[in-house]
Amino acid sequence: MSTVITPTAAATPSSAAGREKPTRSEDNRAGWFFIAPALVLIGVFFFLPVGGSLLLSITDFDIYAIADPRNARVVWLRNYIDLLSNPVFWTAVKNTFYFALVGGPLTVATSLGAALLINARIVKYKAFFRTVFFIPFVTTLVAVAIVWRYLYHPQYGFLNYMLGWFGLGPIEWLGDPRWAMPSIILMAVWKNFGYNMLIFLAGLQNIPGELYEASDLDGAGPLRQFWHITLPMLAPTFLFVGVITMIGYFQLFAEPYVMTSGGPLRSTTSLVLLMYEEGFRWWRMGVAAAVAFILFLIILAWTQLQFRLQREGR
Amino acid sequence: MQNRLGRILIYTLLAIGTAISLLPMLWMISASFMPAGQANSFPPRLLPSDPTLEHYQAMFTRLNLGRYLFNSTLIATTVTALSLIVNSMAGYAFAKLRFRGRDRVFRLLAMGLVIPVQVSMLPLFLLMRQLGLVNTYWGVIIPGLASIFGIFLIRQYTLSLPDDLLDAARMDGASELRIYWSIVLPVIRPILATLAIWTFLSTWNDFMWPLIVLSDDSMFTLPVALANLSGERVQDTELMMAGSVLTVLPVLLVFLFLQRSYVEGITMGSVKG
Repeated sequence: MSTVITPTAAATPSSAAGREKPTRSEDNRAGWFFIAPALVLIGVFFFLPVGGSLLLSITDFDIYAIADPRNARVVWLRNYIDLLSNPVFWTAVKNTFYFALVGGPLTVATSLGAALLINARIVKYKAFFRTVFFIPFVTTLVAVAIVWRYLYHPQYGFLNYMLGWFGLGPIEWLGDPRWAMPSIILMAVWKNFGYNMLIFLAGLQNIPGELYEASDLDGAGPLRQFWHITLPMLAPTFLFVGVITMIGYFQLFAEPYVMTSGGPLRSTTSLVLLMYEEGFRWWRMGVAAAVAFILFLIILAWTQLQFRLQREGR
Repeated sequence: MQNRLGRILIYTLLAIGTAISLLPMLWMISASFMPAGQANSFPPRLLPSDPTLEHYQAMFTRLNLGRYLFNSTLIATTVTALSLIVNSMAGYAFAKLRFRGRDRVFRLLAMGLVIPVQVSMLPLFLLMRQLGLVNTYWGVIIPGLASIFGIFLIRQYTLSLPDDLLDAARMDGASELRIYWSIVLPVIRPILATLAIWTFLSTWNDFMWPLIVLSDDSMFTLPVALANLSGERVQDTELMMAGSVLTVLPVLLVFLFLQRSYVEGITMGSVKG
C-alpha cells in the first residue's frame, strides 16, 4: 500500500525507528553528533537570517547602515505602513497572485493531462515521452528565459510567425503590459509541467487496477471512471503537487528579471523582484525585509488554505 | 473504430507535446550556429544557411566563458559532494538513531519547508559580509551545504532499512561512524545518487543567490554571467544562443545519462511505496 507524503505526514515521526526501546546515552550522543553539521548550517545560514529578516523589517536599515550598522534605527511598523500605501507594492502583490493563481492551476492541469496521456493503456514508448516532457524542467531557467525572449520577438519570433498561419496577431508579447504576464505564465507552464507530471504518473500507477475492472463490469465509460475513480484516488497527489507548485510560483523572480526587468509599466514586477530591487539595488534593506516577510505570510496563509480545502473536500 | 480514433487522438496530442517540449531547445541549438543576424529574419529560419562556430569561439575568447564554466563546475561539484555527506548523516540519524529531542528538532525542520528562501537572503547577505565571504565561492557554497529537502529524502529511504542489520553491527562492536560509513551509505546508494543529481542540477541552475552574493565578473556562475550578458548584447541573438547552449548542455547531459535514478528518486520523494 502506498501513501503520499505530504509535509504534515512527513513531519510525524515514524515509529519505525523503534520507540519501544528507551534512549541509550550512546545513542543520544551519536544522534546529535550526526545531525550537528546539518543543524548548525541550517540554523546559522537559514533560520537565523529568517529571524534576522523580521528584525531588519522594523528598522530603516539602508546604505548608510551597511557602512555602519549603528546608523540603523528601529522604526517599528513604518516600513509595513509605507508599503501598504505604495502603489508599486500593490502592483507587485497583484502580479504575484496573477502569476500564481493562473499559472499554478494551468501548470497542474497540463501536468495531469500529460500524465494521463502517457499512462493511457495503448501508449507505447512511455519512457521516451516521459523523458522528453521532463527535459524543460531540468534546463537552466535563465538560459531558456533568454531563448523564449527571442521566440516572443514581435517581428522575428516564432510565436507570431505561427499565429500568422491562422491569420492572428502579431502580438507584442513582452512589450505589451496586458500580454507580458501571460507570456511569462506560458513559459513557466512549459518549463515546469514535467515535474508534476512525474508525481502524477506515480500516483496513477498506484491506483489499483481492480477498481477500473470492477467499474468496467458496471459499464462505466472512461469519463465516468476518470471522475469517480482517478480524480478521487489522486486527491493526496493533488494536494502535494498543488502546495509545492504554489509555494514555488509565489516566489517568481528570474523570469521577469531576465525577460522584462519587471516591465512594461511594472506589469511583471513580482514581490521577490520588488524585494531584490529595494534590497540589493537601492539597499533599502529594511523595506525589502518587510516585503519578504509579507511574502512569507502570504505563502503560509495560502498553504494553510489549501490544506483546509483538502480536508473539507473529503 | 472508436478505439482507433482514440489511439490517433492520443498519439497526436503526444506528438504535439513532444514538439512543444523540444522545439525551443532545438531552435536554440540551431540559431547558435547561424551567421550573425540570420536569427533575426522574417520569416524565421529553422536552420542556419551556412553553419558557423564563430559565436562559440567568441564566447570562449572574448567573453570569458571558460571562466564561468569553471566557476559553475567548481561550485556545483563542491556543493554536491559536501552536501551529500551532511544530509545523509542527518537523514540517517533522524531515521535510525534514538536521541532526546529528535522529534522536536525534526518538526522544527519541517516548518522550515514552508519558509521561502528569499526571506533569509537579506540578513544572509549581511552575515556573509561580516564573514568576508561576499564575492567568494564559499559565499555561494555554504548556504547550499545542508538542505531540509535532502534530509527528508534520505530519512524517508533509510526508514526501510532493517534495524537488525545495524544492531548486529553494534553487537560486533562497530562504532556508529563505522556503521554509517560501511553499512548505511552502501545500502542507501540509490537515493544518494538521486540526491546528488538533484543537488548538482539545482546548484548549477540556481540564479538569485549567486546574483546577490557574487559581484565580480570573474566570479560569476554561468546563469549570472548569461543574464548579465543578455542585458548588454540583446541584439546578438546568435551569440546569446551559443551562451545558452553552453549553459544548458552540461545539465542536459547529466540528466540524460543519469535519468533513471533521478526520475525514480523524485517520485520516491513524494510517493513512498
